[in-house]
Amino acid sequence: MSEANGARSRGETWLAALTGTDGIAAGGPRSVRVADAPLGDERARWLAVVPDPAGRFPRARSGEVGLDEAWALARRVREAIAGDARGTRRPIVAIVDVASQAYGRREELLGIHLACAAAVDAYATARLLGHPVVALLVGRAMSGAFLAHGYQANRLLALDDPGVLVHAMGKEATARVTRRTVAEVEQLGREVLPMAYDVRSWARLGMLDRLISGVDADAPSHEDVRRVRGALGEAVADARSGPRDLLRRLASPASRELRAASTEVRRRLAAQWDAV
Amino acid sequence: MSAGDLARALARRSFVELTARERARALLDAGEQRELLGPFDRLHSPWLERQGIVPQEDDGAVIVRGRLDGREAVAIAIEGRFQGGSIGEVAGAKIAGALDLARAAAERGAPVLPVLLLETGGVRLQEANLGLAVIAEIHASVVALRRHVPVVGVVAGMVGCFGGMSLAAALCSRLVVTRQARLGMNGPEVVEQEAGVEELDASDRPLVWSLVGGEQRHAVGLADALVEDDVDAVAGAVREAFRRGAPHVHWSEEVERFERRLAAIDPAGALDGAALRRLWKREDR
Repeated sequence: MSEANGARSRGETWLAALTGTDGIAAGGPRSVRVADAPLGDERARWLAVVPDPAGRFPRARSGEVGLDEAWALARRVREAIAGDARGTRRPIVAIVDVASQAYGRREELLGIHLACAAAVDAYATARLLGHPVVALLVGRAMSGAFLAHGYQANRLLALDDPGVLVHAMGKEATARVTRRTVAEVEQLGREVLPMAYDVRSWARLGMLDRLISGVDADAPSHEDVRRVRGALGEAVADARSGPRDLLRRLASPASRELRAASTEVRRRLAAQWDAV
Repeated sequence: MSAGDLARALARRSFVELTARERARALLDAGEQRELLGPFDRLHSPWLERQGIVPQEDDGAVIVRGRLDGREAVAIAIEGRFQGGSIGEVAGAKIAGALDLARAAAERGAPVLPVLLLETGGVRLQEANLGLAVIAEIHASVVALRRHVPVVGVVAGMVGCFGGMSLAAALCSRLVVTRQARLGMNGPEVVEQEAGVEELDASDRPLVWSLVGGEQRHAVGLADALVEDDVDAVAGAVREAFRRGAPHVHWSEEVERFERRLAAIDPAGALDGAALRRLWKREDR
């Protein structure tokens, strides 16, 4: 543990706690931490995106997924894919605390949409090839950043903590774009479940595999870390024995209720697909 | 304008001005076409009415089975006129569901060529987390499908293709754009809101198009084909894309090449669309 604990992001905190390293690797960037460290009786690849005040692109220095981050995620995931081409596919754990994608003129010009697509592609390909991919939400899981880092996982786990937030757009940005106050945005989230930010509301949508309670998200104890490792290990074993697509997200009891329309669309579409 | 140019201009039929349904139908071979989950199936968003928004009975996503050059095909078109082409639960499920059915068909050895007509601002904010979730599922479906059959994307305009759906465009095997198209992750208004007007003046249309417009994307190798806003031109480019098939490597897999390109960029330096065209040459694939 470093002495500058207060300044550490949750991504840094949990990567360090779970792997025993800071994840700073040759080839960089420093904002994308990567470690191959034990999980159960095998080695997993662990990934986190963290703030780097000295990052190359000014709009991606606070924990956003920017151009360098997204391409580096793709590279690190593909290293694991290539490294395991002839052996057991190692688990890949995405530790998720991402504020947003980087918003900037240069980012758009230089194709941040392709960069994030490359990260999506790498994670999805790893999953399709048989790597158990698990996302562990320890902080913010926002918008395009979550799409690029975590949302392609076979299994989604989250800490039950008020700082774990999932949404299509940050609260302040949503308020600005929809011309509401932050309080109004929060109120709307209480009335319309998919518009809520907190992880408990998101869990009720039915995609989350496990909500881990009673853990200190900012300063985990050894016992907290042990419990989270246990949950990750179970998720890995479970993922290995299941299908490699994402359809289970529609199959949970909560999904069947909350996303009933999705299931109905797919059922009727299949019925009409081949009809003469 | 010469007489020939004038005749061609008069014969031109705008693709951009068409609705999603008209686009899908104009693109596929004339003859037998069949819309799946059309308006009469009345599958609309269960989330909009309670927020005071009138839903649409197709939720802004149109799925049409038909043929392309005689081969089985499915056109998946997003209606930019409905809620800015935003992706809610139902529209997203239609898109992901159609892609998965196309994959199942390919796995059975009876491929159905998928075309995505992307006209979307991304997640529908009124359905926020369900929109984001289903976009992740669309991404998963595109990646799984394109291992079997090329997925061809079209961004024609005027909405353009933004948000999480811009990632879907980037995952396509081949991408067709017009000059009217814009393709970017964050819409210019969002960038201006989040980063300030000095970062990007969203009302400066020439500036916006110089960054994310179809012509620019094509010039720097982020789109395969640039075509006129003309039904025959778009339809021809889509057929050509399928004739050429999937590229040997998808751009979203070319990590080394794009990281090398990016490493050569000085983030502190002045960089505009024209400068990038000199640095990043397009490579046909």
